[in-house]
Amino acid sequence: MRADYVNLVNTHTVPVRFMYHSPETLEEALRLMREYGGEARVMAGGTDLIVDMKLRRKEPKHIVSLNKIRGIEYIVEEDGGVRIGANTKLRSIEKNSIVRERFEALYEAVRSIASVQVRNMGTLVGNICNASPAADSAPPLLVYDAVVKARSIDGERKIKIRDFFKGPGKTCLKDDEIVTEVFIPYPPGDSASTFFKISRVSMDLAKVNIAILVKLSSNVVEDFRIALGAVAPTPLRIPKAEEYLRHKPLNEENLNIVEKIVSEEIKPITDVRSTEWYRREVSKILVRDALNSTIKKLVRT
Amino acid sequence: MVKVQTEPNATLLDVLREELRISSVKRGCEVGECGACTVLIDGKPVNSCLILAPKVEGRSILTVEGLTRNDELHPLQESFIEEFALQCGYCTPGVLLTAKALLDLKPSPTIEEIKEALSGNICRCGAYQEIINAILKTSRKLQGKSD
Ligand SMILES: Cc1cc2nc3c(=O)[nH]c(=O)nc-3n(C[C@H](O)[C@H](O)[C@H](O)COP(=O)(O)OP(=O)(O)OC[C@H]3O[C@@H](n4cnc5c(N)ncnc54)[C@H](O)[C@@H]3O)c2cc1C
Ligand code: FES
Ligand code: FES
Repeated sequence: MRADYVNLVNTHTVPVRFMYHSPETLEEALRLMREYGGEARVMAGGTDLIVDMKLRRKEPKHIVSLNKIRGIEYIVEEDGGVRIGANTKLRSIEKNSIVRERFEALYEAVRSIASVQVRNMGTLVGNICNASPAADSAPPLLVYDAVVKARSIDGERKIKIRDFFKGPGKTCLKDDEIVTEVFIPYPPGDSASTFFKISRVSMDLAKVNIAILVKLSSNVVEDFRIALGAVAPTPLRIPKAEEYLRHKPLNEENLNIVEKIVSEEIKPITDVRSTEWYRREVSKILVRDALNSTIKKLVRT
Repeated sequence: MVKVQTEPNATLLDVLREELRISSVKRGCEVGECGACTVLIDGKPVNSCLILAPKVEGRSILTVEGLTRNDELHPLQESFIEEFALQCGYCTPGVLLTAKALLDLKPSPTIEEIKEALSGNICRCGAYQEIINAILKTSRKLQGKSD
């Protein structure tokens, strides 16, 4: 074996030295983030962060754990939507009846993440803050126009989810900001949404994932929203496809055009999980399948 | 209750195995994929390889040692033996804990629910069918129904 092929990184240890902070209030956490800025990392469930530290992809000098902070673990209905706190575990979200009934695509996405064990630890906020282009909660949050609330010592800022992702592993958060919650407005009445994902095995990240939301008025599309993940440096809404289909009848010809627009708008790459060609081809099929499944939901109700 | 002093970069898995010598908690992939390191924290299955030790200060952790009472096997353990629900046994402690968490929450799970619960426990020997049988059998036993 050639020397440069030898993998010097293993997962047996966490080869990073850091100070572990476990503040009991958000204010204290924010103060720590201001003090240590770029050298600190927030830790929620740790399911991404610890793997990244084991693989030396991240080497923070300080970890600010959200674990002991009270009052940031909740799912509450308010102001025309639900608010989900930063410490709320994926498993609680999937068990929540409001999420299951009104945010079908989010429910389906969360259920598709990893295993019960990982969902008992991992959070929705951690999933988006980690900013993987393949994050499964991102396409649903994009079609619902979710709003991310971030705080620093200086105050609160509301960020549209569309503006939140900046690149693989990159968000628009500043070094001293902590996301406190995600607000998800209710989708329009009489609409339905769906999430689909193609992955190698259920534990693996998506090769491609998709969320769509449809509202019909007889057979004419009143509202159509579509977002895909793992097909560009960030999860993407596809406004061109949305505009095309709005106010048009849902027929074979229009469907073909929407599929084509989607496959042209995405910017997939070839990586360990899939090839560019495959991602483009399978995206078309996912658009069709997701539309069919959503329409079935609409017919049922 | 035990007191251990560790470095913050030790995982719960490290502490259980190296400090406390509880070797039923297995090292597998160490990145959350295989479930060999599963323990129950406050009754919920989690991967001890993805938890930093200081995070669980003051929490109650159940390993498979805690399933037996006065040297008596837990009904799940008995069913696993009766149904041959293991070959090499490497996944077994994690699978037993996952199964216990499931039965505590849902005394009569469906096969689908059992499969969902086991989605984070890989059995390289492929004893899944026997594992499912053993869990169903335990469920019946615990409800006082005989086979
Ligand atoms: C085996 C395995 C399988 C997985 N499968 C999937 C999958 O199928 N789909 C999927 O999408 N993901 C998957 N993941 C990834 C991961 O579990 C999720 O992304 C999870 O939601 C992350 O949440 P967390 O709370 O554990 O985040 P953490 O690891 O705690 O944090 C992740 C990142 O976000 C930052 N962060 C966390 N919270 C905040 C906050 N409040 N404010 C600011 N920054 C914050 C952290 O600093 C860190 O950089 C998998 C992980 C594992 C180990
Ligand atoms: S060792 Fe923890 S999940 Fe594999
Ligand atoms: S019995 Fe060998 S891994 Fe399950």
